[in-house]
Formats: sequence, structure tokens, C-alpha cells
Amino acid sequence: MNFLSIFVLIPFLMMVALLFAKNRNQINFIAASGSILLLIFTGLVTYLFVTERAAGNVAEMLFRADTVWYAPFNIHYSVGIDGISIAMLLLTSIIVFTGVFASWRIDPLPKEFFLWFCLLSIGVYGFFISIDLFTMFMYYEIALIPMYLLIGIWGTGKKEYAAMKLTLMLMGGSALLMVGILGIYYFSGAQSMNILDIAQKHIPLSAQYFLFPLTFMGFGVLGALFPFHTWSPDGHASAPTAVSMLHAGVLMKLGGYGAFRVAMYLMPEAAHEMAWIFLILTGISVVYGAFSAVVQTDLKYINAYSSVSHCGLVLFAILMQNETAMTGAIMQMLSHGLMTALFFALIGMIYGRTHTRLITEMGGLMKILPFLGVSYVIAGLASLGLPGLSGFVAEMTIFVGSFQEVDTFHRALTISAAASIVITAVYILRVVGKILYGKVQNPHHEDLSDATWWERISVVTLIIAIVALGSLPLWISNLIHESLTPVVNNLMR
Amino acid sequence: MQYTLLILILPLLSFVILGLVDSKWKAQVAGTLGTAILVTVTLLSYYTAWEYFSTANITGSYQRIIAFETEWVRFTDYLHINLGILLDPISVMMLVVISTVSLMVHIYSLGYMHGEKGFERYYAFLSLFTFSMLGLVVATNIFQMYIFWELVGASSYLLIGFYYTKPEAVAASKKAFIVTRFADLGFLIGILVLSYYTKTFDFGILTSGNASVFASTTGVTYMGISVMSWAMGLIFVGGAGKSAMFPLHIWLPDAMEGPTPVSALIHAATMVVAGVYLVARLFPVYYVYSPEVLHGVAYLGAITSLFAAIIACVQTDIKRVLAFSTISQIGFMMVGLGVSGMGGHHGLGYMASMFHLTTHAMFKALLFLGAGSIIHAVHSNEMSLMGGLRKHMPITHISFLIACLAIAGIPPFSGFFSKDEILAATFEFSPYLGAAMSFIAGLTAFYMFRLYYGIFWGVEHKHAHTPHESPLAMALPLIFLATVTVFAGFIPFGEFVTNDGAPYEIELNMLVAGISVGVALVFILLATILYRKESKIPTQLATTFAGLHAAASHRFYIDEVYLFITKKIVFNLVSTPIAWFDRHVIDATMDGFASITQRISVLIKGLQSGDVQNYAYIILMGALVIAGLVIYF
Repeated sequence: MNFLSIFVLIPFLMMVALLFAKNRNQINFIAASGSILLLIFTGLVTYLFVTERAAGNVAEMLFRADTVWYAPFNIHYSVGIDGISIAMLLLTSIIVFTGVFASWRIDPLPKEFFLWFCLLSIGVYGFFISIDLFTMFMYYEIALIPMYLLIGIWGTGKKEYAAMKLTLMLMGGSALLMVGILGIYYFSGAQSMNILDIAQKHIPLSAQYFLFPLTFMGFGVLGALFPFHTWSPDGHASAPTAVSMLHAGVLMKLGGYGAFRVAMYLMPEAAHEMAWIFLILTGISVVYGAFSAVVQTDLKYINAYSSVSHCGLVLFAILMQNETAMTGAIMQMLSHGLMTALFFALIGMIYGRTHTRLITEMGGLMKILPFLGVSYVIAGLASLGLPGLSGFVAEMTIFVGSFQEVDTFHRALTISAAASIVITAVYILRVVGKILYGKVQNPHHEDLSDATWWERISVVTLIIAIVALGSLPLWISNLIHESLTPVVNNLMR
Repeated sequence: MQYTLLILILPLLSFVILGLVDSKWKAQVAGTLGTAILVTVTLLSYYTAWEYFSTANITGSYQRIIAFETEWVRFTDYLHINLGILLDPISVMMLVVISTVSLMVHIYSLGYMHGEKGFERYYAFLSLFTFSMLGLVVATNIFQMYIFWELVGASSYLLIGFYYTKPEAVAASKKAFIVTRFADLGFLIGILVLSYYTKTFDFGILTSGNASVFASTTGVTYMGISVMSWAMGLIFVGGAGKSAMFPLHIWLPDAMEGPTPVSALIHAATMVVAGVYLVARLFPVYYVYSPEVLHGVAYLGAITSLFAAIIACVQTDIKRVLAFSTISQIGFMMVGLGVSGMGGHHGLGYMASMFHLTTHAMFKALLFLGAGSIIHAVHSNEMSLMGGLRKHMPITHISFLIACLAIAGIPPFSGFFSKDEILAATFEFSPYLGAAMSFIAGLTAFYMFRLYYGIFWGVEHKHAHTPHESPLAMALPLIFLATVTVFAGFIPFGEFVTNDGAPYEIELNMLVAGISVGVALVFILLATILYRKESKIPTQLATTFAGLHAAASHRFYIDEVYLFITKKIVFNLVSTPIAWFDRHVIDATMDGFASITQRISVLIKGLQSGDVQNYAYIILMGALVIAGLVIYF
């Protein structure tokens, strides 16, 4: 047990404290202070990590700890982080923090809601600090289960159907993953589930050829890989605000992160040979998601499809297998996490006031809700890749990186993926124009009140993060870049 | 010259402050702050220009100075985006032009936007635009230019849609953004191709004339076209989008929905010439490695120029007339660049194009601000509601007339000199193109004087209140810009801006000057006959050439073509089927798995009924079957 485990300890202690909470104020206090603590702790770990690196520690993973958990299967509880995990942990802490404030008035059963919310956080944090395949998988499952209840109980619309669909599809993905992980363990001959140990070994090519697709697809389901993305529109549409934020903001990143950390890193040869199949699928995701978003009328559906498109770009860039594109992929995960969380937060807040998410039933909201309106425009501009906001740097890094692959196949895919930036502009501006501008459509909307203080905290934090990442990208891209070296070296061998 | 950094930082600061205070300050405080900051920026720009032109010419030609540079993001070992400030003749020239026009617009808006809701927001956006535009022109590398290119696009979007409760304004802002975004995709891909082969984004390296930079592009072709032509052609697509070249011009006339001072600043003087600036910036690369693209630029410029001039002759909304006139004049600038060679007299076209950019910025801003002043007085954009205004608005009238004479190319006003040099360069390139451009110059004179007579002469229209001259804040910029327009032609432009940096003395080509002035006078006379007093001839002409007139009035139906492509094809034939496919095929398959699982479980759940008799029956039957199998095999 070393200090990295504090990441899972804090949400656990929050759960314990929540059990004794008596009223909403106490619940909110616990949730808020816990999430602030997590944010501070992430900052601290980042600081320690950067100083350690600056001091010349070039180990692949820092702050490692290893405890034997179940010796017969070589299962260890083992943790460690590199720059990429740092990026993901920062993202998670920001989203958890803002998610708490976005659910300040959650109804009904606030206590239970936050209990499950904390359990979800445990899963996510644990996943990002794990370097043992088994613990990683375990945390992955921990993150999935609460989702069912969170959507099923606190959701809206066809919530039971959506919750069931989301859970079953993601469970299907994790079944593939289970097989993949066990296969990696057995075929690598490493006598260990530790990723770093397995990476030293060579998994036989014949085994890689069926293990790579299994793992990549397993994680891909969560990363909204076409055609396994259909849980996303229904799931997001029915989920309560904070859950949509956490799910699109962080949970979908588990897919990209896992595909990168496990599938690409451990099976580089198969990745190299089979990348083209998945490149086509992700290329489809990028363009297809964007086109689907153009005709949707429900705000959450638009964002869900937009996520399919943006997350498709993450997997797309990972499959390009060069350092630049992969850096872009990680940055895109950060960027997408932040801006989707912002989108879902704003949609939740707007829905809470207008009681509709259909863009045809809203109009002229900018005049009535200036704070939410301006924030929505900022989120939109980030999403369509305006320089100075996070989306631009991430997408440009991906496109420049992908373009370094010379052959016509990669070039054509890169260009069609780049074309999605035009379609993104189309659907973003369509929504902004419909719901915010123009005349007020529904007279009942005239006397709506603008954002409350807790909503402002949530929104402003996300905007600051988006602007910071977008205007000063160098340090985070360096942080990611240097952690990519072992993976890229593995791919080159 | 590190202080030039302030030129960028101050407007950004102004944007952030005004954006954050929102409506908590009094409107006038916000306006004054924005304007004060811009005064500082303008003075700094002038000082920069003075210092640059007096010190940078050491060896007989102007040196490029990197005043500031920092790494912003790193892609690969050799590809990284720097943010910096590059000073060379054209960027310094642009600094002066942009800050001057922007300052005039800031002052003018104090009067024009007085009492508007969202005054602070307006000034915040103006500051954002100024920051982005200045950042664009001082870019040290092509990616920095792309960054600010996108930012000007966004600030243009925000300003066009300033009156966001007006559906037309919202639609226009959306259209402007999407059309230019589409063009920027070409720009982006062009950058990707260019940087892949040259391994750099840096303008200094690209335009240094060092052939080894382009070594890896030799012999690389794609679909029979050299890779450099692809790259430079695609980059030009971006420029064509921003500079409203045919057929990407459709956003500009609609952009007139924005406040009029914004049209003056963004859609007449600065942002729309970004495409011209882009070609000028990369001129050495175009000239050496893709001459055919450069010639394409010239011909596209000429076509656009003619096309827009014809449409301008029949529009009735004064801002629309000016918008098409802008498109046509940018066409002139493109022609100037396209026909230019390198250095000395061969570089005349380049120099003339930059000269025209400068003079055009001044007189077109003047025209728009004048139009704003008129709209302010009569509360309409329609020419039919104007007429006889010269008595009521003397300052606006005189300054408008000066601008009309300048754009028509009558000496000694500034437009004459710059346009004349473009024509001279064009005649040297191709007499036919030269003749065509002279004709277009004539058309320019015609439609401008049609506009002038329609507004200030003719029958006086009855108004609810008598039109009156605009307040001082609006009149001052008009007077200033009119003065500049009168005298700017005498600036020895070749002393400062040439494409090899070496000063060059311009001579007036008397023959070309004679032709162009003659043509302009003839067309002005024609306009005088037709429009000075009410006459039946224009209507008769319109009925005689009914087809042409209708086509030109409808802007040759290009907008309808776009509407067809976006609504019918993209929306109905691509997006809708994809969305349907997603729900009814992909998702239905996933649901299908679930319902198959459920059906199977319905079928076999009887096996787990908990009914003991049933179990006993199955055990017995199973035993019998097994027994049977054992006996027979």
C-alpha cells in the first residue's frame, strides 16, 4: 500500500462518511470536501511526479508498489503511474469535482446517488493507477456496475431500457476483455500479470492475432468504436447529468486508455498488422458520428454522437502508431473529457429549467440565460476546434501525426477524418443558432433564472481547464510525450 | 523590438476584461476603455513602422526581424508551432492598416452603437477580432497563421451574429463560419502536405529561396499534378474562402447582416484581404514551385472580379453593393499577385497588389462607414428609400464622393495609383487580361456612381424624421479616412514594399493610366445619364435584358446551388440516412441479439420448471435414450 492508493481510499472514506450523513447539507459537504481533497491530491501527485522526472528518474512507471494478492495465479495488487496516467487522473479529478457540484440538488435519494457515484470514482481512479492486468480489470468492472443503477434510478426517459442496454453491451465488451487478458497472461509466459513484465516478453504471433482484436474490441466498446457504439446515444440520453459527465468525460476514456496500455503496448506486432481493420472502423466512427449528429434534435443525442466522432478520433490516432499521433490521442481524451463534461453539465442545467431537450422546442435562451448561453457557446467552440481552446491542439496533433504515415490508405483516412471538423462546425452551430439565438420560442421560458452558484462553480472550473489546456498545451504534451517512448519502442521492435 | 508584443497583448487584455465584466460596467466606460487601448495599439504600430522602415534597411533591402518567438506546441522533432512576431515590409504595412481602420471603427462605433444592448460585448468582440487579425499578420510560421486565421473566423462569426435575436443575422453568421471552415479544411490539408515534405512550418525557411528545403518534393506527383501544386493550391483554397473568391464568395454578402462598422472593419478592410496576404506571404514559394497555381490565382481573381462587378450593378441594398464591390476589388489584388514576377520591375504586380490592399482598406472602410452614417439617418439599407441626401448630410456626402472617385480610379485619389499599377502589371502579363481588367475597372466606376447618385441625388424620399448629419464620433473617422484617401496615392509605396525587400521607384505608365481613366470617365458619364435624375432608361434596360438582369439580381443563383448541396444532399441524402441506418440497422442488430437471447431463454426455461414430475420424466427419458444408445452401438 503506497500513497497512490489514496486515490481509491478517499472515495471509499467518502462512502463510509456518507453512510452517516443525515441530511442533504451533510451529504453535499462530504461530497464536495472529498472531491476537493481528490483535486488537491491529484495536484500534489502531479507535482511530485514532475519533480521526480526533473530529478532524472527515467523509470517507466513511478511510485510503484506491489503486494501479492493471490499467489497461485500471480495476481498482485500493483500500482504505478506515468505521464499518461497523470493526465487521466487530472481529468478524473476535475470531472468528479464538477460532477459533484452539478448534482448539488439531485433528487430523489441523494445519499444513495453519491454512494454509487463514489463507487464509480473508485473504479475509475483504480483503473488509472493499476499496472496489473487483473487489478485493472477488476476496477474496470467496479466502474461499470454502478452505472446501471445510476441510470436506472436517477435517469430520465426510457431509463430502464437504456441502463440495461448500456450495461449489457459494456459487459459484452468486458467478456471479450476477460478472455483477452487471460490469453495474454498465459501466452506471454511472464508468470506475472504485471503489464511492465509482460511487455518484456514476446507473445507468440499466432496468439496475438486473436488476442489483439479481442482486447482492442473489448476496450473499443467503451470507447464507442463503430459498430459497438449504440449504447452511447441511449445511455447518455437517459443518464442523469453528473453520470453523463463522468461517463462521457472519464469512463469512455477507459476504453482509449486500455486499448493503448494493453492492446497496443503488449501486442505491437499484431497491432501493426491488424491496425488497418480498426483504422477503417474508427475512420467510420469519426465521420459517421459527425453526420449522425447533424440531424438529431435531442441535445443529448447530438452530444452522444459527437462523442462517437471525437472518441473515434482517439482510437484512430492510437492506431496510427506514431509518437505524435499518440500524443494527440491522449490530448484528445483530455480535451474531449473536459468539453463533453461541460456540454452534459450545461444540457442538464438547461433541461432542469426548460424541461425539454429538443432543440425544436427552445429558442432565444441566450437572452434569458446569458451565463449558461455563453458557456454553451464556449463549449461549442471548443468542440469545433477553435484555437486557444482544448480541441484544437489535440486534433491538430492527431492530424499532423497521422499525416506522417505516407501511404495513400493512411493519407485518405486522415483527410476524411480531418473533414469531420467541417461537419462538427455544422452541427454545433446549428444547435447554438436554434436554442440560444433567435426569438424566445416558448413564453414560459421568459422567466427562467440563470445559473446558481454551485452550477457556476462546475461550469467555470471546466471552462478554465479547457482554456488552460488549449492555450498552454506544451507542458502537458511534453508530459505525455516522454511517457510514450516505451510504447513506441515496443511498436518499433 | 520586443515592445511589439504589446500590440498583441493589449487587445487580448481588452477582450478578457470587457468579456468578464460583461454588463456590470456602464456602456461608455467599456467603449472608452476599448478605444483607449486601441489608440495605444495604433500608436505602437506607427512607431513600429517608423522604426522598422528607418532601421531595417541596412544592406539595400529590408531585413526580416523576429521580434519575439516562443514554442507553443511540439509535434515532432522538426515540426513545432511557434508563436511569434515577424516584422517585414508587408507585416508592418498590415499592422498600420489594421490598427488604423480598427481605431476608426472603434471611435465610429461610440456613436453608431450608442444605446445598443450589448455594447460591452460588442467592444469585447472588436478587441478579440483586432487581436486575432494582428496575430495573423505577424505570424512567423504558417501554423501560427492558421491559428489566428481560425480566430478571426470565430470573431467574425460572433460579430456578424451580434444581433442574435434576428434570424437573418444568425443564419448569416452560421453560413460565413461554415463556408470559410470548409475552405480552411483545404488550408489545413495544404499545410499538412507542405510541412510533410519541407519539414517546417517556418515562413523564414520556406521563403528563404533555399532550394534544399524543397528537395524532397521534386518529382513527387499525385494524379499527375506535382505535390507542390497540390500543397500550394490547397493552401490557396483557404485564402480563397476568407477572401471570398468565386465560388466561395457566398458568405460575404450575407455577412452584411452584422453591424455596419463591423462590415467596414472585417468584411471590407482587414479579414477579407487575409487571403491576399497569405498569397503574398508565400509568394516566393508560389512563384518558384507552383507557377501554374499562381496563374490560376490571377485568372480566378479576374473571373471573381468580373462576376462580382456585374452583380454589384443591379443590387439595391447599399451594403450589398459595397460587399460585391469588395469582392471585385479583392479580385484585383489577386490578379496583381498572380501576374507578378520577382524583384524590381517584375515585382510590380506584387507591390501594386499590396498598395491596392492598403488604399482599398482606407476607401472601402470609408464607404462602409459612410453607408453606416446613411443607414443611421434613414433607418434602412434600401436605395429606393434614399435619394437627395446630399443636402442633409454634407460631411457624409463629400467623404462618400471622395471614396467613389478613389475606387473608380480618378486621379489624384489613392485608388487611381494602386489600381493603375495593377493594370500596368496585368498588361505586361497578358494584354487580353489587361483589357478585361480595364473593363472591370470601368464597371466599378459605373456601379459606384449608380450608388452615389441613388443615395445623394435623384428624388428625395419622404422620411418620418428629416435625415440629419451624424454625431461627431461618426463624422471624425469619415473626415480622417477621406483625408487619407485623398493623399495616400502619393505614398512612394515601392520604397517600402516589394517582394525582394529592395526599394523600387514606381513610374506611372501613361498609356495604361490614360486608358483606365478614359474608361472610368466614360462609365461615370453613363451612370450620370442614367441615375442622376430619375429616368426610364434603367427600367427599360432591365426589361430588355430581363434574363441577365434577373440572373444578376439573384447573384447568378450560386446561393441556390449551395442550398441544394447542403439541404438536399448533405442533410437529406447523407445525414438522415446515416442516422436512420444507425437506429434501424446497427442498433436494431444489437437489440436483436438481446431479443434472440430472450427468445431462446423462453424456449428452454421449461427445463428449469421446479416441477418434480417433469424432472423425473426427463431423467427417465434420458436414461432410456442413453440405454438405447448403449445397446445399439
